[in-house]
Amino acid sequence: MEVVIQTDRLTKRFGDFTAVDEISFDVRRGEIFGFLGANGAGKTTAMRMLIGLSKPSSGKAAIAGFDVYRETEKIKKNIGYMSQKFSLYEDLTVMENIRFFGGIYGLSGKFLRDKSESLVEKLGLQSERKKLVRSIPLGWKQKLSFSVAVLHNPKIVFLDEPTGGVDPVTRRQFWDLIYAETLRGMTVFVTTHYMDEAEYCNRLSIMVDGKIKALGSPPHLRKEFAAASMNEVFFKLARDAERGGGLKP
Amino acid sequence: MSTASQQFLTFVRKEFAHVLRDRKTLLILFGLPVVQIIIFGFALTNEVKNSRILIVDNARDEISAEIISKLEASRYFDLERGQHTNQQIGQVFKEGKIKLAVVFPADFSGALLHFNYAPLQVIADASDPNSANTLTNYLANIVSDYQLEKFGGQKIPLQIGTEVRMLYNPQLKGAHNFVPGVMALVLMLVCVMMTAVSIVREKELGTMEILLVSPFRPELVILSKAVPYLILSLVNVTSILLLSVFVLDLPVKGSLFLLFAESTLFIITCLSLGLFISVRAQTQQTAMLISLMGMLLPTLLFSGFMFPIENMPKILQYFSNAVPAKWYYIIVKAIMIKGLGFPAIWRETLILLGITIFFLTVTLKNFKIRLT
Repeated sequence: MEVVIQTDRLTKRFGDFTAVDEISFDVRRGEIFGFLGANGAGKTTAMRMLIGLSKPSSGKAAIAGFDVYRETEKIKKNIGYMSQKFSLYEDLTVMENIRFFGGIYGLSGKFLRDKSESLVEKLGLQSERKKLVRSIPLGWKQKLSFSVAVLHNPKIVFLDEPTGGVDPVTRRQFWDLIYAETLRGMTVFVTTHYMDEAEYCNRLSIMVDGKIKALGSPPHLRKEFAAASMNEVFFKLARDAERGGGLKP
Repeated sequence: MSTASQQFLTFVRKEFAHVLRDRKTLLILFGLPVVQIIIFGFALTNEVKNSRILIVDNARDEISAEIISKLEASRYFDLERGQHTNQQIGQVFKEGKIKLAVVFPADFSGALLHFNYAPLQVIADASDPNSANTLTNYLANIVSDYQLEKFGGQKIPLQIGTEVRMLYNPQLKGAHNFVPGVMALVLMLVCVMMTAVSIVREKELGTMEILLVSPFRPELVILSKAVPYLILSLVNVTSILLLSVFVLDLPVKGSLFLLFAESTLFIITCLSLGLFISVRAQTQQTAMLISLMGMLLPTLLFSGFMFPIENMPKILQYFSNAVPAKWYYIIVKAIMIKGLGFPAIWRETLILLGITIFFLTVTLKNFKIRLT
């Protein structure tokens, strides 16, 4: 299988503090790769290096075959990103948001129009299309936000805690959208601290204090740590953490 | 159309949607210049009618009686008579009952006839400098008219000296030539604060991250933020000029084209300042505060619009040179009021250009650093 994300001892230091400490992993095309860790474990920092928002202190990384130090512009064209903070414009309508984000990714004309229409239809937002995003429920916003992030058909989509604050049912619906995209060959890189989400991933890495402490598929990890659930695996690992905290089962 | 310009248009359209959808922004944007012009316009109204003045006639002779009846006949004054001491006059002023007090000394006509000179004391409430100035001028005119009429034919000129004392604000700093000042102020407020806030808002909401991760060029983010405000500001300049010409009867003496060209330059200066702040500030409040304290206050104090710079201590005079509004104010005054052309203002133009280039360079540099 084609490797689309590759890191080799990737490190980020802020002064004396090593936020991400020599992490190495590969992600293959079409995979859903979960990036787990307690708050402060370094997940977001690691992801920011991969998408070109933050410059690594040392180590290597390639996204879609492009180097994170030199080829950020090429990387940008091949990825989609949904940030932890909710990232649509609240004072624009559903349709305007779709058009705007499509537009800045270089989509235009009839192609963008058709694409926006079919997206609104797929999400069942036809009657909300002219409503301000501010006025639609959080679950819908997150689905819309995800759909907007993959509108330009990126090779890889990066999701930073995409389902914060919504109930498990909505979370499940959100994951149905993710599955649909991976069936078409998209790779998904997702950070989370919800354990039910962890179970949905093909493979997981668990970060503790900036280091990757475990890596493998959920069944593999359960076996390795002799645990009944991912929750248990996570607690066994996170118990020894020196920083962060705030675990969410 | 190329992808870049398509992306750019998409972005500009979105910026317009933000501005036009936010009532508060719209109100500041278009209400502010109108309100400012009207407020300052009132301060500038020199027609002061029916002002209450206090007459203390210690002389009670023929001449004082004649002058008083002249004053009474004027439509500017409403007379009130009394035998107040100086202290009591001060008290009446404090109560705000009168705008002006006129005191005839005890031997008014005696002094006039024997020494050819008699002092007439006029005390004005100069907390409102414009009306104080106007009223004392009216009064002095009435007195000198009377003088001319009565003693004009005589060989030895007899003089009544009106001795004016301004209370509360002896320098009489007025708000004349205020239109150029208001223009500088409004543009500063709109461009600096609004651009700063609009970029920082994206940072706060997290949408900036999305933009930086997208293939949209970061320089274009800055440019497309600036364009809508440039256009809206030019609308503002137009509305201020229309108000000043049609409501305040203050015509543009010089070239309108030159005025707009210089205004565009100043707007770009302000935009670059706004962008500079936005790169530094992390929250909308910070951006707003820096804009207000760091930009608006110096504009008010050091543009020469409210307080004459020549009277300031040397160090503050030097400081005022760094305030862009000062140069714009000089430029607009030169074009609008004096009717001068470009040769008279090329130096000021060059200075504005320099400030703009400086801030734009610093901003672009800082913006890029954030990316990596």
